[in-house]
Amino acid sequence: MTVKLLIESSKKGNTGIHLPLKSNFPKTDLHQTFPNEWVRETIGLPNVSEPEVVRHFTNLASLNYGVDSGFYPLGSCTMKYNPKINEKLANLEGFTKTHPLQPDFTVQGNLYLMMHFEQLLAEITGMDAFTLLPAAGAHGELTGMMIVKAYFQNKGEAEKRTKILIPESAHGTNPASAASVGFEIVEVKSTNCGGVDVAHLKEVMNDQVAAIMLTNPNTAGVFETDILEVAEIMHQNGSLLYYDGANLNALLGQVRPGDMGFDIVHLNLHKTFSTPHGGGGPGSAPVGVKEYLREYLPVPVIRERNHQITSETDQFNSIGMIRLAGSNFQVIVKAYLYILTMGSDGLKKASSIAVLNANYIKEKLSPFIPAGVPCICMHECVLSAKDFAPYGVQAKDISKRLIDYGFHPPTNYFPLIIPEALMIEPTETESKETMDHFIDAMKKIVQEAKENPSLLLEAPHYTPISRPDEVKAAKDLNVTY
Amino acid sequence: MSEVKKGYIYTETDEWVKVDGNEVLIGITDYAQHHLGDIVFVEITAEGKTIKKGDVLTTIESVKSANDVFSPVSGKVLAMNTKLEEDSGLINKDPYNEGWIARIQLANPEELSTLMQDEDYHQYRKE
Repeated sequence: MTVKLLIESSKKGNTGIHLPLKSNFPKTDLHQTFPNEWVRETIGLPNVSEPEVVRHFTNLASLNYGVDSGFYPLGSCTMKYNPKINEKLANLEGFTKTHPLQPDFTVQGNLYLMMHFEQLLAEITGMDAFTLLPAAGAHGELTGMMIVKAYFQNKGEAEKRTKILIPESAHGTNPASAASVGFEIVEVKSTNCGGVDVAHLKEVMNDQVAAIMLTNPNTAGVFETDILEVAEIMHQNGSLLYYDGANLNALLGQVRPGDMGFDIVHLNLHKTFSTPHGGGGPGSAPVGVKEYLREYLPVPVIRERNHQITSETDQFNSIGMIRLAGSNFQVIVKAYLYILTMGSDGLKKASSIAVLNANYIKEKLSPFIPAGVPCICMHECVLSAKDFAPYGVQAKDISKRLIDYGFHPPTNYFPLIIPEALMIEPTETESKETMDHFIDAMKKIVQEAKENPSLLLEAPHYTPISRPDEVKAAKDLNVTY
Repeated sequence: MSEVKKGYIYTETDEWVKVDGNEVLIGITDYAQHHLGDIVFVEITAEGKTIKKGDVLTTIESVKSANDVFSPVSGKVLAMNTKLEEDSGLINKDPYNEGWIARIQLANPEELSTLMQDEDYHQYRKE
């Protein structure tokens, strides 16, 4: 089945709208008002009827695959189930019909919710103060790096502290965020489990280092056991530790970044706290800091005075505004509901089961596809498909074949330090039965790879488009049909 | 198994160096191109710059990832392979010849002795 674009279905005269025949406005000649080159004779809208449009989008939607349609083990993305009750409550009129610039006294309930949510996040992470403004993960990183810069500027060390350390296993957004604030990136080598190579850290350490950006568990899904030593090395040098919250789902209720020595954290509400993402977004990435960095948080900040909650901008050392107004408020409402529904025991249980599930999949599959790192994993496991090279099969071919079996593929080729990586994150919301179906499919695919690799190389077989031309997509992008 | 070109010298980060008097030609190895997959973009802006050994010479983007290429030597970048602008796939097709990336005038020829000989690199990347 090929899916036509609406513009390809266009037939002159077909229409889904009815404009009044008589207009209240006088007819004007656009050519007299604007230069000729600004005037288009046609704007290229498709001529289609209402049923055609409805069917087009309904059919497209039926091709979509999401957490609500099946297992979605996309590593590093925490594609957990999003409870529907949270959607329903976040759509209450008091939340949806208020405006971010409304006077504070008219939205006390919403402001209370945000203030309480900040306090809950502080308790969960072991930090002292939060901002809810950043719109998603990379925006949170940028905010964090701006705080690092402002901190050293205020100390009179900004000229000297120009470097940010980033492990080679890091998410690609980390160096991009640090570079956006004008920092120079220094790569720190990784151990065979994806952790910080402490010996190399000591080697690259000097008085120019402003901070290190770390993900814990690291991007190979392994807990950073040297974290206390790393924190000591950084702090002794007068440098800060930044926590990328991408993998916090492994640690909820178990250990806290603040207790590990992190000075700044960002969280991905859309991963850890069950708000939809991946096309269903938007995201939200609150940034938390220790007390001595509170004054640098972006404005507005939420404060309580004389039984009134206010949103204020008078914070002298603040990095300023990082977006026009408000947070992604409804995302915050959903994450808040998630935390209240789960409670502290529930969050602890969620992270325990997330780790158990990942290790279950790893133990069941590693006899067939070896684990990428020789360590116990946390909430996600990385397998390496490099042994399939003799069959001409790569990690991506295994993933493409998984689509035939009705599963969303795991993350491919990340982290970069593991060749032919397949990164699987089941999350706590999957049952053992679902995981067993997935494990069975993977075992069958391994068998097929050895006996009939073309089944993998030509997969997927049942989708409208089998394999898009990735090189053409990257080099020859045309978004205006 | 990926090809290792005789007579070239190599880095641990999978760059090759072909020595030609006081100048060297630099590229990435067959092993590296194989692991990157189809290459879609190479930044070729370093011409004329003075570069230190270990500095980022360029960034290569493939369908899988974006990776830095580190300069195996210090010196002045005399030329970048402008053909890569049109056809970055040259690195996939012919990593050791047509797919060269930069030509550098050596500032410090002794640095070459720190690089790996072809046999050592072959052992290093034996899969």
